Amino acid sequence: MSQSQTYATILAEERRGGFRRAALAATILLVCIAALWITGFFDGRRFADGLPALGQLATEMVPPDFGRWQHWLRPLLDTLAMSIAGTVLAVIISLPLAILAAPNISPNGLLCQVTRTLLAFLRSVPEIILGVIFVAAVGFGALPGVLALALHSVGMVGKFYAEAIEHVDPKPLEAARAAGATPLQVITHSVLPQVFPQLADITLYRWEYHFRASAVLGIVGAGGIGFELMAALRLIAYDQVSAILLSILACVVVVDALGARLRKALK
Amino acid sequence: MLDLDNVTVRYANRVTALEKASAGFGKGQFVVLLGPSGAGKSTLLRCLNGLVRPSSGSVRSEMGNILSGSAALRAHRQRTGMIFQQHHLIGRLTALQNVLMGRLSFHNTFRSLLPLPRADRIIGLEALDRVGLADRALQRADQLSGGQQQRVGIARALAQQPHIILADEPVASLDPATADKVLALLHRICREDGITAIVSLHQVDLARRYGDAIYGLAGGRIVFDGQACALDDVMLDTIYGTASTPSAQPGPIQPEQTPARLKMAKIA
Repeated sequence: MSQSQTYATILAEERRGGFRRAALAATILLVCIAALWITGFFDGRRFADGLPALGQLATEMVPPDFGRWQHWLRPLLDTLAMSIAGTVLAVIISLPLAILAAPNISPNGLLCQVTRTLLAFLRSVPEIILGVIFVAAVGFGALPGVLALALHSVGMVGKFYAEAIEHVDPKPLEAARAAGATPLQVITHSVLPQVFPQLADITLYRWEYHFRASAVLGIVGAGGIGFELMAALRLIAYDQVSAILLSILACVVVVDALGARLRKALK
Repeated sequence: MLDLDNVTVRYANRVTALEKASAGFGKGQFVVLLGPSGAGKSTLLRCLNGLVRPSSGSVRSEMGNILSGSAALRAHRQRTGMIFQQHHLIGRLTALQNVLMGRLSFHNTFRSLLPLPRADRIIGLEALDRVGLADRALQRADQLSGGQQQRVGIARALAQQPHIILADEPVASLDPATADKVLALLHRICREDGITAIVSLHQVDLARRYGDAIYGLAGGRIVFDGQACALDDVMLDTIYGTASTPSAQPGPIQPEQTPARLKMAKIA
């Protein structure tokens, strides 16, 4: 029957699709296994040796020693200040760059490409490297940390801002132009009001990230709680290390909750 | 008041949207641009405030060539309000904030970063009042109905205290009853204030009812230029083509026309 033939063709087609998917899945699996193998994951002996050491570390970490907590308050406050200052700087620099990098409102195609490249470059330099550079330039403390956070974040925030601006509804822009608005007024009164919730979202996410990142930056001498963390690690005082990590965790939870609340308020 | 002289518009994709169009718009007139979609109505309107630049030809207002420089263009746009088919509002701003866009051109960029002066806000509220939406001033635009949103769009144009209003299919996105009300409102306001209105429409009955003068467009050319009474069925065939576009543009639009006329009779 022609009908059963039709069914057979459909099922054969389906089977071919199935083979293709299976082949793809097998390839992905193979790549994953290869990656684990290359990085030494299947070297059983290292784990056998490592596990007791990990256990040793873990026992030294408990109970956490909060004895020096007064000495951590100021660094934690510094870290918080660093995260906010870094975000402010990043926003101030990112906004004009994002406007240049958004192809729909950029004044010039070449400038748009150049800005995009600059943002990609800034993103690609890790903040820890920037931290080392700024510590060398302006000395130890919170300032190099803030500069490192801001500069790295400009690459990220600028890109996300530009993407938000790129997807703005062009119709209100035309309306503003038709009403005689200057090109800058079109941006301030028609583009930005539309993307404000997205920009706020990106900014708050970045602030949360900055708090975690600034803890790490202290390790290279760029101020904040990371500096204390490094000191405790150097002294092999693992009970203090775990106490500091718990303090950081508590702050991260608070910052994230605050960010979530602000985000809702700015919708 | 406003003259289009031999204007041709060719877009980058080589489509000719307007071909050697000449038209004059007299002070205080309510002029309708009639034609099917794609006839060049939007392009013609956008030439009148420089949103589209003619490939050749010129657009002149009382103050001269509107494209003679960015200052001249902005001055022309300031006195020319525009109303759009999809109202072009920002949904998350309030009706008043949207209306105040019409006041932007009266302030320099840096001044406009601060909240606008009370005088401008009063003008904005008055404009909303004219369209019967003063009580919705602080409501978000996206919470208003389609008809209300279009009235906010009209209020935004009125806030410019314009000499000219360009309206691009202002009622095409509305249901027939609302469309009629919104267009009547626009017509009344333009009459009261002596505003020159150039309104593109595709509904023949509305064009006949409100147009002091009608320009008929087809395929990027002006094929009719005259008063409503001169717009006979032969002319409509020229504008809309014969029954080649069956459902989208029902030829001489008899079915739509009849109920509207009946309603008019009832009102009268």
